[in-house]
Amino acid sequence: MITLTLKEQPEVPIEAEALSPDVVSKLGNDELRALPIFYGKRQLRLDEFFEVEGELSEELEIHGDASRVKWLGRGMTHGQLRIVGNAGMHLGAFMKGGTIDVTGNASDWIGAEMSGGLIRVGGNAGGQIGAAYRGTLTGMTAGTIVVEGSAGLEVGMRMKRGTIVIKGMAKDFTGLEMKGGTIILGGAELRTGAWMNRGTIISLTPIPLLPTFAYNCSYNPTFLRVYARELAGLGISLPFEESEGSYESYSGDAAVSRKGELLVWQPAG
Amino acid sequence: MLRITGGRVYDPANEVDGEVRDVCISGGRIVEEVTGADVRTIDAAGMVVFPGGVDVHTHVAGGALNFARAMTPENHRNAAKFTHSPELRAGVGGTTPSTFATGYLYAGLGYTTVNEAAVPVLSARHTHEELRDTPLVDKSCCVLMANNELILDLLEEGETERAKHLLAWHLWAAKGYGVKAVNPGGVTAWKWGKDAKILSEPVPGYSKVTPAKIISSMAAMVDELELPHPMHLHCNNLGAPGNIDTTIETMKVLDGHRAHMAHLQFHSYGGDDWDTLRSESVRLAEFFNEQPNLTADAGAILFGDSVTITADGPWQHLLYQLTGRKWGNLDVENETGCGVVPYTYKGTNMVNAVQWAVGLELLLLINDPWRIYLTTDHPNGACFWRYPEIIHLLMNADFRRECIEKLPDKALKRIHLPGIDREYTLSEIAIIISAGPARALGMPQKGHLGVGADADVVLYNDDSDRERMFGHPRYLLKGGEVVVEEGDIRKMVDGREFIVRPSYDDNIEEYLRPLFEQYYTMSFENYPVEMERLEGADIRECG
Repeated sequence: MITLTLKEQPEVPIEAEALSPDVVSKLGNDELRALPIFYGKRQLRLDEFFEVEGELSEELEIHGDASRVKWLGRGMTHGQLRIVGNAGMHLGAFMKGGTIDVTGNASDWIGAEMSGGLIRVGGNAGGQIGAAYRGTLTGMTAGTIVVEGSAGLEVGMRMKRGTIVIKGMAKDFTGLEMKGGTIILGGAELRTGAWMNRGTIISLTPIPLLPTFAYNCSYNPTFLRVYARELAGLGISLPFEESEGSYESYSGDAAVSRKGELLVWQPAG
Repeated sequence: MLRITGGRVYDPANEVDGEVRDVCISGGRIVEEVTGADVRTIDAAGMVVFPGGVDVHTHVAGGALNFARAMTPENHRNAAKFTHSPELRAGVGGTTPSTFATGYLYAGLGYTTVNEAAVPVLSARHTHEELRDTPLVDKSCCVLMANNELILDLLEEGETERAKHLLAWHLWAAKGYGVKAVNPGGVTAWKWGKDAKILSEPVPGYSKVTPAKIISSMAAMVDELELPHPMHLHCNNLGAPGNIDTTIETMKVLDGHRAHMAHLQFHSYGGDDWDTLRSESVRLAEFFNEQPNLTADAGAILFGDSVTITADGPWQHLLYQLTGRKWGNLDVENETGCGVVPYTYKGTNMVNAVQWAVGLELLLLINDPWRIYLTTDHPNGACFWRYPEIIHLLMNADFRRECIEKLPDKALKRIHLPGIDREYTLSEIAIIISAGPARALGMPQKGHLGVGADADVVLYNDDSDRERMFGHPRYLLKGGEVVVEEGDIRKMVDGREFIVRPSYDDNIEEYLRPLFEQYYTMSFENYPVEMERLEGADIRECG
């Protein structure tokens, strides 16, 4: 295992896209220390900010408050990245495989445009999770993102496939212009599913709905049984038994195609 | 002083077709002979020597392009990057390269002159400032005139002579080189939410002004003013199925006046709608071949991402509705408009496949290479840095057949390309990328290697993979200096700007000033571009 310990919180953000198992697994300790990172506009060595232990490993662990370290695990294809503490913006952006675990909080744009792999955040996360970067037509196309706490704006914006689970509350515009995939929410603020074209948003508590979402029926979709079993492996319990309650189904957004699906859990009794 | 020795020289303007001969350079120009101890020699054995490339129609600077740059951050993220170095400025390539990168990329292809094809007078100042920051190439611009309401008002009144003076005044005010007509009458109509699709119907807001009248009067004005470049014309009905009739009608309306027909590919379609769209390149080429007053550029498309940018506002709104993607619309007061829509040409899409074929068909069927030039209407059909792909397609019929096989079946019935065996020779390529466009632009010092020409010379390794050959010049000389060597930029030089000063009656300003103060949002004194805004201006007096 390779362990990096942040010496002190940097004054301006560090851009550290080299900190991914793909890069570090091939490097000896000396090479690791010399890895280039950007501190503002200046290119510096990794060991100016981190204590570096270990070498040649696909397991990378980062200790300390890395909330000002951006692009961790960018485009990684395999291996494990574990952050004991907080992570900065763009964590796991463009990721294709492997796993990322964050024990603390993560920032905006985690898993943006990812196409595979798993990101788990123990605390809260920022906005634009699994989203498309500004201008791009599609966000994440595969993979899973699980956030134990709350999330910010535009979660899953333009996502096409894959799963995002926010156990706490998500802010406004969750699933904005969504094209497919699934978002599971502990709850959400305003305008959930705005302009969604396809895909499924499941909320486990009542949420405010846009007027462009139409009520269909209340039922227990069969696919949720399969889905719940899959998610149970990630420690997520999704209710599906009729004895526990049912899902209110809505279609929208009628401002665009009306082909999106919004399911809101209603406990029995 | 410099001698390029041992290369096979292709200089079609001087009827040199692949002869091994020396090219001598002194003082930035081609000379008969150089002697003395300080003559540097470039051994060009095994290389092919061309005059520097000339792009007759491209969009590389100005308000519309900048708008497109801002609208498409996604195209910058994955684009080629130029990082800051002692020689280079930082920048990005991609579909709408930044200013300095535009110069680097054109030079990297062996191009030394580019004509920015659509500049409103109102944003000319900005355009010149961007062109000033586009190094390594010489520049010129065409100024948008065919929807200028003050000029159309004079045509309505039948005051053609005064309209001509007004046009000339505007051309000098913009520090332009040529006159551009985009969808004549149609952009004005767009301000009423309409278009001008029929050449003989009055333009909304007018009773006598029709697109046909604008086209014929403006082409006549350009000829009377003796401008070096003919009227640069983007026909009505661009991109629409069945627009071949409009295009041929336009050529008839020109009635012998000179015109350069821009991006002809977008104007050569038959059919009634998108399902029945077909290539009409044969009909167009046959008619065009009989019109010695006309030149054209291909406006070919290649599959992949592009950004469409044009003054043709109504077309862009339609394209936005077809794509459901982003749409930018600009209004340029009384002069013109502009629309921006990102677009992806797909090889699996029947319409796009037909468009791909039409561009190549026109280049292959128009029999005089001196009258049809290689362009993609950058960035509309494809980016200029993809020209080598088209050259390979033109020079290698087997490769073309391989590409045709990948097209959807229903496209094959709608195109003529499978039946065309012609392959371009190196000499013909030299004509369509350099000698021809230089002649059409009326730039006698460009596009050839005769004595007195600007020493813009490009050396390629002769390579049967023409895409690799034309994409990676071995050397590029700009004004006699080696600026690119094996893909690396060796020396930074600024380009010149070619502008014309047409003669006009000075009293026209007294006519214009009160109208301008009534209708425009800026003050009259701030309207014309000052000479100080241009770097290295090369002024040509006309008329």
